[in-house]
Amino acid sequence: MIGVVQQMMYFSIPLLVVALGAMFSERSGIINIAMEGIMIMGAFTSVLFLNISSRFGLAGQLQLILAILIASATGILFSLLHAYASINMKADQTISGTALNMFAPAFAIFVARVIQGVQQIQFVNTFRMNVPLLSKIPVIGPMFFENAYITTYLGFLILIISAFVLFRTRFGLRLRACGENPHAADAAGINVQRMQYAGVMISGALGGLGGLIFVVPTSVNFNADVAGYGFLAIAVLIFGQWDPLKILGASLFFGIMKAVSASYSSIAFLAGLGISSYFYKMVPYIVTLIVLIFTSRNSRAPKAEGIPFDKGQR
Amino acid sequence: MSSEKINAGGKNAQPGAKAKKPNIGFLSSIIAVIIGLIVGFIILMISNPQQAPAGFATILTGSFTHGLKGVGQIFYYATPIILTGLSVGFAFNTGLFNIGAPGQFMVGGLGAVIIGITCTFFGPLQWVAALLGGMAMGMLWGAVPGFLKAYFNVNEVIASIMMNYIGMYATNWTVKSNPVLFNSLRNESKSVAATANLPKMGFDKLFPGSSLNAGFVIAVLAVILIYILLYKTKFGYELKACGYNRFASKYAGINEKKNIMMAMVIAGALSGLAGAIVMLAGSGSHISIKDVIAAEGFTGISVALLGLSHPFGVLASGIFIAYLTAGGFYLQLFQFSTEIIDIIVAVIIYFSAFALFVRIVIDRISKKKEIAAGDGKGGDGK
Repeated sequence: MIGVVQQMMYFSIPLLVVALGAMFSERSGIINIAMEGIMIMGAFTSVLFLNISSRFGLAGQLQLILAILIASATGILFSLLHAYASINMKADQTISGTALNMFAPAFAIFVARVIQGVQQIQFVNTFRMNVPLLSKIPVIGPMFFENAYITTYLGFLILIISAFVLFRTRFGLRLRACGENPHAADAAGINVQRMQYAGVMISGALGGLGGLIFVVPTSVNFNADVAGYGFLAIAVLIFGQWDPLKILGASLFFGIMKAVSASYSSIAFLAGLGISSYFYKMVPYIVTLIVLIFTSRNSRAPKAEGIPFDKGQR
Repeated sequence: MSSEKINAGGKNAQPGAKAKKPNIGFLSSIIAVIIGLIVGFIILMISNPQQAPAGFATILTGSFTHGLKGVGQIFYYATPIILTGLSVGFAFNTGLFNIGAPGQFMVGGLGAVIIGITCTFFGPLQWVAALLGGMAMGMLWGAVPGFLKAYFNVNEVIASIMMNYIGMYATNWTVKSNPVLFNSLRNESKSVAATANLPKMGFDKLFPGSSLNAGFVIAVLAVILIYILLYKTKFGYELKACGYNRFASKYAGINEKKNIMMAMVIAGALSGLAGAIVMLAGSGSHISIKDVIAAEGFTGISVALLGLSHPFGVLASGIFIAYLTAGGFYLQLFQFSTEIIDIIVAVIIYFSAFALFVRIVIDRISKKKEIAAGDGKGGDGK
């Protein structure tokens, strides 16, 4: 049971972080279907950093924190391509996002091969830790504070900050205004383009970070792939109705289903049922479809998302 | 992510649009291709300057390395991506983004494999049955997001993404749990019966050594059929009208719910057909049990975007991307990895998204010219 909860966190936290990133972009009016590509680029540079810096004796939490910064910076840089295409060039945002999704894995494989000959980038995981005192608490301690990653706590911190920024700050209000009615926002003196850049760049930072924190606990190397988590995060975002707390719920749900499908054979009563692991793998997607049926009638999607903002069209 | 807003290349390929517009669409595609190739060359130069010129030449001409066999292979590789591209492009024309092509492709392959292995009683017509089976599976997989979109307003992009994963797991589950279908030694599906392989139609004599087969002919026929459907029939007109404005179409008396469903069903059939053709090619394609979404489906999105969603544009861009991919195989001779082709295609797609901007620039230039011409006349008058 403790193992399942830990597993769930490995899957849920990246989904949470990436979906929150996509939320900022969509709330500003820019659809960011490129989260998958952004995750791959963020994971690529930061895992490459882990690989190289390990040779110089760097390890532990300091190394992980530096990697987090690199992943976020890469995500921001890469997302600027999407921002430029959709904001300045008024490009179709789905096309631009699709292009970035294609570009990222090909680029990661190509560069990895040029640098080190093979496409898998190895890294040494020295990031597990036991939180003093807290890990001694019965039940909860082993679940959340033993063999834990700081990225888990970072994920929750990002959730709290996101909810606060979006609903309790002037920036958040303006960002939401740009996604709902950019012309009204413009008339109120808000620089719509700047807000949209901010939205996309936040999605880049969180997407890149999400790539790193997906790869680190679940693997020992990076193979230019984040297993479709960028797309899943967009599903989580819609499932979560563009709302931080509901996004948390959706990502926990996806996480627990993933964890069950990964470790169901070790859970006695599930293994006893004799249902194929494929069933558990399919359930989150089927449930999402069903939930969408009930939530889509009154979709809370930002009203102006996907429409290039043009001052002249009022 | 509402689909009404996504019109992609569809806008550029409307009938009755003035002759100027498709030209600009075509022009921006050409510009995008040139930029893509330049970026590819720059990346080759940075990674290995000595080999770069030879490597780049290989991308452009490598597919002819083996003469006629190479030419046949181009069309062979082009076949599935023309069909998935047609699937995505057709949906774009009706205002829907069919990102579900990969899932429809995979279950289409599954349908073909099931009939191709088990239904030997069809005799020499088994391949036809297997193709139809693949199409039917694709239709089913397209119908689900179509139905949800039409009746419950579920975003078809997200529903299609879900269907991709469900299709992938369902395919692997079905194959792996059926000893009749599963080759456990190689962890993939068994080969289909000989009568289920697509006929060669003389292509093996025309292009000796290549794997080209009737699939390519079927793909071209599909392109023509979709062209006629979209541009020459009332049904096609209604489909496009729904794409432009679902609610206006409804008030004009079009059954918009039925049309949205039909659009996704047809798109699904095309992708399913693509999957079936790959599995029935008789050239060693099997369903391998991996948790990976089929690449041919995603390539279809690129093909549709580059082809401006017009059926003939899709045919051309499918062959073009297959041509680059075939050339890219030989890049390994120069120690470059073949991913450079994906990078080039991604850059091409990225810049083809700038079509709107190119149009604005060209409009501005032509307006300036008109003004300049007007001034010139005024000057002459004095």
